[in-house]
Amino acid sequence: MARVSLAGIKKTYGSTEVIKGVDIDIADGEFVVFVGPSGCGKSTLLRMIAGLEDISGGTLTIGDRVVNDLPPKDRSIAMVFQSYAIFPHMTVRENLAFGLTIAKAPKAEKEAKVAEAARILQMEHLLDRRPSQLSGGQRQRVAIGRAIVRHPGVFLFDEPLSNLDAALRVDMRMELAKLHADLGATMIYVTHDQVEAMTLADKIVVLNAGVVQQVGSPLELYHKPANLFVAGFIGSPKMNFLKARVDAVDATGVKLSSPDIGSLVLPKPGVDARVGDELTLGVRPHHLAAGPGADLHGKVVLVERLGNETLTVIGTPSGQQIVAALPGDIDITPGADVGLVPQAAKASLFLPSGLAA
Amino acid sequence: MRRDPMHPRAREVTMASKFTRSNRIGWLMAGPAAFLIAVFVVLPFIFAVGLSFTNQRLISPNPTQFVGLANYEQLLGLGLLTLEPERDAAGQLARDDAGAPKYPALRGYTRNNPDYPQFAGMREWFSFQQGDSRTYVLARDVVFMKAIVNTFVFVLVVAPVQAGLALVLALLINQRLRGINLFRAIYFMPVVVSIVVVSLLWRFIYDGNSGLLNNLLGALSFGAFPKVDWLGNPSTALGAIIAMSIWQAVGFHMVIWLSGLQTISPTLYEAAAIEGSSRWQVFRYVTWPGLRNTAVLILIVITMQAFALFSQIDVMTGGGPLDSTQTVVFQAVERGYGKQDISGGSTISVILFVIVLSISLLQRWLTREKN
Repeated sequence: MARVSLAGIKKTYGSTEVIKGVDIDIADGEFVVFVGPSGCGKSTLLRMIAGLEDISGGTLTIGDRVVNDLPPKDRSIAMVFQSYAIFPHMTVRENLAFGLTIAKAPKAEKEAKVAEAARILQMEHLLDRRPSQLSGGQRQRVAIGRAIVRHPGVFLFDEPLSNLDAALRVDMRMELAKLHADLGATMIYVTHDQVEAMTLADKIVVLNAGVVQQVGSPLELYHKPANLFVAGFIGSPKMNFLKARVDAVDATGVKLSSPDIGSLVLPKPGVDARVGDELTLGVRPHHLAAGPGADLHGKVVLVERLGNETLTVIGTPSGQQIVAALPGDIDITPGADVGLVPQAAKASLFLPSGLAA
Repeated sequence: MRRDPMHPRAREVTMASKFTRSNRIGWLMAGPAAFLIAVFVVLPFIFAVGLSFTNQRLISPNPTQFVGLANYEQLLGLGLLTLEPERDAAGQLARDDAGAPKYPALRGYTRNNPDYPQFAGMREWFSFQQGDSRTYVLARDVVFMKAIVNTFVFVLVVAPVQAGLALVLALLINQRLRGINLFRAIYFMPVVVSIVVVSLLWRFIYDGNSGLLNNLLGALSFGAFPKVDWLGNPSTALGAIIAMSIWQAVGFHMVIWLSGLQTISPTLYEAAAIEGSSRWQVFRYVTWPGLRNTAVLILIVITMQAFALFSQIDVMTGGGPLDSTQTVVFQAVERGYGKQDISGGSTISVILFVIVLSISLLQRWLTREKN
């Protein structure tokens, strides 16, 4: 078990800086998810922790050792790859025992550790098969098993579920959560899928363009996004953004107005804005309700019925499209006029700089 | 929507798409190559098999006759003859001036000896001593036997050395270094040059007086290394040709190895690195197993190419000196066109075909995927 600390971590290729000084503290036993769009540097950051990429600047500590210049095997880490990276010519048993074979461990130790990993992952019956005889989910399980056999202080997962189909992904997600609970090990998990991030993480690190945008618990990120990027990235469907002008500010809240929403009072104390400022109002689709007394009017453009809810795309008079998650059985058809009431208490407000007000 | 398979219209459509249309296009695509292979490879081979049972000559006034297996017997006929040393009247061993026991002349057995009709026309291939007696291995065609042995020596040396060297080169150039393409080009260059040109150049390198190799060895050893006529000496000629042949084609096999190396997923190497593999362990557990199929291909290709050894011999030594560089294909050409004995040349081709086919099948069987 180990804590991990990244202090001012940088990665440059030539003159291009791809990781621009990252500071993250990960407690022992914590499940941390790095999430961000593709190209944001999350995988690079993970590979730097693993030792597969050099660290250009900053200090990486695992346990209480600075590991910047240690080879991967001495960092007390194990890694699970998106493409599984299990050896095709070896049986499952040989794959699981690979690290021990490399370290020339005694046979009895090998057998005991392989048996333990197989038991944890419930794949005793697969031990003598070859990877070509396994399904995608089973292969990923072998890769995780190989990591377990190493008894690492830190597990690193690089988009481990991306190659699996949707149903299997949900199953494996739950298994990973259970595995974390059973092993109690520190885990760092990279994904571009914010659902995986929300469901698995104790702590989410949102990255964009090599910079940490926000670190926090899933609900913190959901309810109090630090900036426009995090607000747009976390939550599905995406948060709606509307331009609004400040009509009045006082200690208890802000009064906003715009052609689309008419006028709205946000009970947000201490907003640093002046009358006349153009701000961005963020409202999640689930915080919009259809009903009388609506401030927000528009025409229904598209209706997606999911059963438990109906995702409705609405075109506002100003030409913007807004998504609302309405009840599953709502009687609504494209072309109809609809009025929406935002839950002002749950709305977010962003300054022109993009930061949350 | 699925059509009723028994509906005539449905059947017609599937038949048309599956068998006639796609197949016709397939044959059209394969047609030109299939035609050329049939005319220039299959047909001549069938001719060769047929001619090997006749006494056909390139130009001859006599009609062609069927001779059965006589050509094969002429090429492959072997005999064992053990002779006791000559003794004088007292029963003592007769010895020559050097003190070695004397044996009756072989001629007495192989020429006009009605007691030994099976040895008629044979010559000594080699002999060995057993106690006082001496056993002679006789061959009806000693030159062909030497050609077979030389060819096998060539294959047995070239196949592993060339494949191994090519693998080492491939591993070296499979790195991301600045200018690595220059090295790839340099190693590959001899492959692009015609083997005849390469052979001519190497004749200068191997020259006995002022050849590059002799000069180089002389300079490196400060003149201590004696000058060797590499191609003119029966004990070095085959070795010289082997070395040159390995050098010439190693680049080709390097490229095949390289393509095999590049199909191995980089994440496997990363996984091995995380487990702490040494360089040797990475090769042993990741690289080599990943190259299995490539290795089988390379082994079979080199073996087949090595058996076909001809151009180097033709340009560099012409089979000499003292038949020390005779090879099977060289003999086939020499006999078929040099001596105008088409049936003999055909027979050699068929024998070579059988040898190469058996070895390839054996290699396939030995390297099969074991489950």
